[in-house]
Amino acid sequence: MTKSKSAYSDPGKKGKLDTHIIVVWVDNEAGVLARVVGLFSGRGYNIESLAVAEVDLKKGISRITIVTTGTPQVIEQIKLQLGKLVPVHKVANFMRGDKKIIFKEMALLKIVADSSKRNKVIKICKKFNPVVLDKTQKSVVLQITALRREIDMMMGDLKKFGLVSVSRTGAVAMTRGSEVFK
Amino acid sequence: MSKLYTGAEIVFKCMEDQKVEFIFGYPGGAVLPIYDELKNHESIKHILARHEQGAGHAAEGYARSCGKAGVVLVTSGPGATNVVTALTDAYMDSIPLVCISGQVPTHLIGTDAFQECDTTGITRPCTKHNWLVKDVKDLAKTIHKAFEVATTGRPGPVLVDIPKDIQFQKTKYTNIKKQKKLNGKTNNKFSQKDIEKLVEMMGKAKQPIFYTGGGVINSGPKASEHLRELVSITGFPITSTLQGLGSFPGDDIQFLGMLGMHGTYEANNAMHDCDLMINIGARFDDRITGKIDEFSPKSKKVHIDIDPSSINKNVKVDLPIVGDVSDVISSLIKTIKKNKLNFIKSNKENISKWWEQIAKWRSVNSLSFINSDKTIKPQYAIQRLYELTKNKDTFITTEVGQHQMWAAQHYKFNKPNRWMTSGGLGTMGYGLPAAVGVQIAHPNKLVVDIAGEASVLMTMQEMSTAVQYNLPIKIFILNNEYMGMVRQWQELLHEKNYSESYTAALPDFVKLAEAYGCVGIRAKTPDELDQKIQEMINVKKPVIFDCLVDKEENCFPMIPSGKPHNQMLLGPNDQKENKITGKGKTLV
Repeated sequence: MTKSKSAYSDPGKKGKLDTHIIVVWVDNEAGVLARVVGLFSGRGYNIESLAVAEVDLKKGISRITIVTTGTPQVIEQIKLQLGKLVPVHKVANFMRGDKKIIFKEMALLKIVADSSKRNKVIKICKKFNPVVLDKTQKSVVLQITALRREIDMMMGDLKKFGLVSVSRTGAVAMTRGSEVFK
Repeated sequence: MSKLYTGAEIVFKCMEDQKVEFIFGYPGGAVLPIYDELKNHESIKHILARHEQGAGHAAEGYARSCGKAGVVLVTSGPGATNVVTALTDAYMDSIPLVCISGQVPTHLIGTDAFQECDTTGITRPCTKHNWLVKDVKDLAKTIHKAFEVATTGRPGPVLVDIPKDIQFQKTKYTNIKKQKKLNGKTNNKFSQKDIEKLVEMMGKAKQPIFYTGGGVINSGPKASEHLRELVSITGFPITSTLQGLGSFPGDDIQFLGMLGMHGTYEANNAMHDCDLMINIGARFDDRITGKIDEFSPKSKKVHIDIDPSSINKNVKVDLPIVGDVSDVISSLIKTIKKNKLNFIKSNKENISKWWEQIAKWRSVNSLSFINSDKTIKPQYAIQRLYELTKNKDTFITTEVGQHQMWAAQHYKFNKPNRWMTSGGLGTMGYGLPAAVGVQIAHPNKLVVDIAGEASVLMTMQEMSTAVQYNLPIKIFILNNEYMGMVRQWQELLHEKNYSESYTAALPDFVKLAEAYGCVGIRAKTPDELDQKIQEMINVKKPVIFDCLVDKEENCFPMIPSGKPHNQMLLGPNDQKENKITGKGKTLV
């Protein structure tokens, strides 16, 4: 058995990883996204997807939605560390699969194929609200909205039907019902 | 119409309103308008360092010894990058610093202009917050906010980057209004319920321990007073981290000494075997906990900290109390006195068995060493320094390495804010400039930098600063010609392959002292040590003291890597250790 030659301790047992959606309300000022993203990279947290845009033009508030994986301890740290940043107003944390929360992601799919294959694609996408945004003799650009993993699946399934390009927004989230996260 | 001020004037107006007395800095092209304005503000004195890192550490020393924010002023580009080490050091040890940096004019930003760098980008991960001021109208507000962020909640460094054109532009200045609402990032809303729960846990505990840290010092002198009262009325043993030394008297019978990698046998064993651990203002650092999986397995853990993100970061605790240490302890004392008068009397009996156990650990005498009458043992040098300076109100700074640990082990502190050391970042070269800052804050006190010869050479140029401002700092070098801690790890972990840890061609420190215009003293043997130390104390000028010590001495006790608190390596004096010499050392 090789002995550790480090003066640091060995890593402990790895906990179970969960996927969480972290929503952060921030002042829309220069460098704020870099602060949030830098916190993740600097502390070794994971970012699966990230979506950001201003949601309150008057107050200049942006809403950042980050999908991340980590042990419960790491997720708690992410929340607390984000809360310490000066331009951060509030932080919400939802576990994937939480029934009270709506998660959605939009994707644009470009399919280059003959019309029968293209129609098949639209049919397969039926339950993800497909909208045809552009159509030519050879191609179609399709918009779908779905869960992250559903889009993951579609990307695999549609390869053989001429899917050549995908653009995704990253997941966004909102609570169900009349409640608003404070 | 109210008067218009230039950006440079506003910088000083803000500092006057913030009651800043000293700025530590170094001029350069992009801050010249601010330097030009300096002459018009008599209440603010500028201390010219010899390197921006030195300015930063001096400001840290100033801040730590007097509790106010340290102010640093540097130019753009290299000025800003040189101060990054000091900012990171302050960030790790929670020291309030306000750094003002010059920047190239706004129209040149992003063009790779002369002495341009992305200062806010570079310093983003090593400050609590930073700002690039792009409009002179935002300047006053930003600087006041900077002071607020640096000094509230868990303190830390901030940086305000001011382009040169902004320093020239004019605008109105309005003084700060006392803000009712803080920035929303301070947390001091602990509940009385939690306090009562803690009192209950304390009443039940049979093997309790207080584990205190730098948070007690940062919370102000009142916190140390409260802590002393709390420890005295409970009768519990107390141990402290490196940063917390001085918040509780080092020579008190209830004090077990420092804990952690080079902590005492009694402190670490008590941490391992306790049934109630009350962490006050410490952060379960890896040098403290050792192997996390086996850290204090039987205890209920309570964590009092002002920073909510410190809770459950490294160690899961049973009762977190987020709040200012001083306020938490004082309401804790109140609750104990109000509800549990009996507890004060009965408790000492409750835990008498625990004290018996601690006495057994204490009898191991883990800080002992084999003294010599031929060569000066480094521990002996520190003990003598302590004995000869303990009746003065002495301020100690250190560099980083073996000498730092020996200082922490053998120098006993009785008051907070007397001990300035780089703990989190472990910055070699911290102690000398920090001593400059401490002496600025306390011109009539004795300030000693306990140093190693390798560390002190990293910022030796700041001796020139000390001479310029007549700061009689004492640089007490334990000179073993090795990077001692590196050498020790190489001995214990890397089969004595002393790769690059020996410094050949060291300067003659006595002559070096004379070259700087200060006094050099050398001690070679134990019998001349006392007299030489006394000579050092009596000199009213800066001194470099070259104390030639045993070259191969190791710092014990030590928790080897990946081991829990109860598996310590003790020094050569101990028989148990002798049994595992050889085999034990390769096991590390």
